[in-house]
Amino acid sequence: MNLYTYASPANFYTLAGRLIPWFAWGAGILTLWGLYIAFFLAPTDFQQSEAYRIIFIHVPAAWMSMFIYLVMAFWGAIGLAFNTRLSFMMARALAPTGAMFTFVALWTGAWWGKPMWGAWWVWDARLTSELILLFLYVGIIALWAAIDDIKRGDRAGSLLTLIGSINVPIIYFSVKWWNTLHQGASVSVTKAPSMAAIMLQGMLILSIAAWLYTIAVVLVRVRRIILERERQTEWVKALLEKES
Amino acid sequence: MYRFLLAVLRRDLTLAARRRGDWLIAQFFFVMVASLFPLGVGPEPAMLARIGPGVLWVAATLASLLSLSRLFADDHRDGSLEHMVLSPEPTVLLVLGKSLAHWLIYGIPLLLIAPVLGLQFNLSWEAILVLDLSLLLGTPILSLLGGVGAALTLGLRGGGVLLTLLILPLYVPALIFGAGAVDGVMAGTGAEAHLSLLGAFFVLSLMIAPWIAAAALRVSLE
Repeated sequence: MNLYTYASPANFYTLAGRLIPWFAWGAGILTLWGLYIAFFLAPTDFQQSEAYRIIFIHVPAAWMSMFIYLVMAFWGAIGLAFNTRLSFMMARALAPTGAMFTFVALWTGAWWGKPMWGAWWVWDARLTSELILLFLYVGIIALWAAIDDIKRGDRAGSLLTLIGSINVPIIYFSVKWWNTLHQGASVSVTKAPSMAAIMLQGMLILSIAAWLYTIAVVLVRVRRIILERERQTEWVKALLEKES
Repeated sequence: MYRFLLAVLRRDLTLAARRRGDWLIAQFFFVMVASLFPLGVGPEPAMLARIGPGVLWVAATLASLLSLSRLFADDHRDGSLEHMVLSPEPTVLLVLGKSLAHWLIYGIPLLLIAPVLGLQFNLSWEAILVLDLSLLLGTPILSLLGGVGAALTLGLRGGGVLLTLLILPLYVPALIFGAGAVDGVMAGTGAEAHLSLLGAFFVLSLMIAPWIAAAALRVSLE
């Protein structure tokens, strides 16, 4: 089977339609399982007591906020390099979810910061760069909204995504480079995590749930975009006639 | 190649010299924004010296944004921009020349005005020297990155506000390191670290921004 078949919007539309239920159900089940671990199985932290439980939402959201931006930049670069229509649609479909996760990461961070640091917000490197990430998402979405011409909008947005992607490594490494109030990474690939196994388990399950949710939502959104852009084509007309 | 760059530069400078009123607006905007802060937060000299570097840097970024929305707009309106992009010379040089001209017209006067405003904010001579040094390194970054924003928003409705939304997040590192350098001198920790990072950011923008802006310009003119 040739994978490039699915670079065509018509083929991808059907593939995405078949995949969505799997990702959506997976996201739902893993979220419930992860939240059960987070609220009933994970023990109370001896330093941060119950308030630490917000990391079960905060950390997956923060990871996704950065990761989605990189995926957006990836699809934008592919689209600019190979002039493929579907890549730009993917980039556009990803942006709202990325902005949402950035907002959730900032908001839950504020809720955690109030009992731990005694302040809703501090201007340290990681918080500031995450805020800039939110601004970048908003700027890109605003640029897309302002340009009526689809082709120009796609390319302009992708160029902006690419130049903004320098911010992502700055966020990720900010707790290492600068001496910040935000605590260092609790999980890393190279050394053992600095938390109990059951807490780690809950966090990873919720992270996978966030992934599956993102994929499901983006596929739904990309299907809408495909229909909107290909509305003049024969296959969309045939599809709509069949459904009505 | 250099002749093309020089020609773009000379053309933009001549156009600016013919319309003096236009580019003075940004300079007065800089002075006015900076003057609003003592009126807003109160005239205590110690506090003004504390907030001075940050205020002057923020005012400089806003002043550059004010002028950037017209970087390509006038040439776009009379059609000469398309001819320059269609010419066999590389578009990167066109963008670089225009950004350089923008810096000469808006950045250099800013460097001359900033020490006077620094005195108003009760900064020491040493701090004023570093402030000018940081602006010397930092304002070209504003012109280069601003070129990307101006190219992306070319000919859009509400382009000026959109430009602000797109470009201000990218200006943040320059603002942090620039104002940080002056703060470092005043706190006694020295400005070298911040100025080095600012210089690195300048080199990075010089390497990346003209290419992205040239690509954006071609996208916008299609």
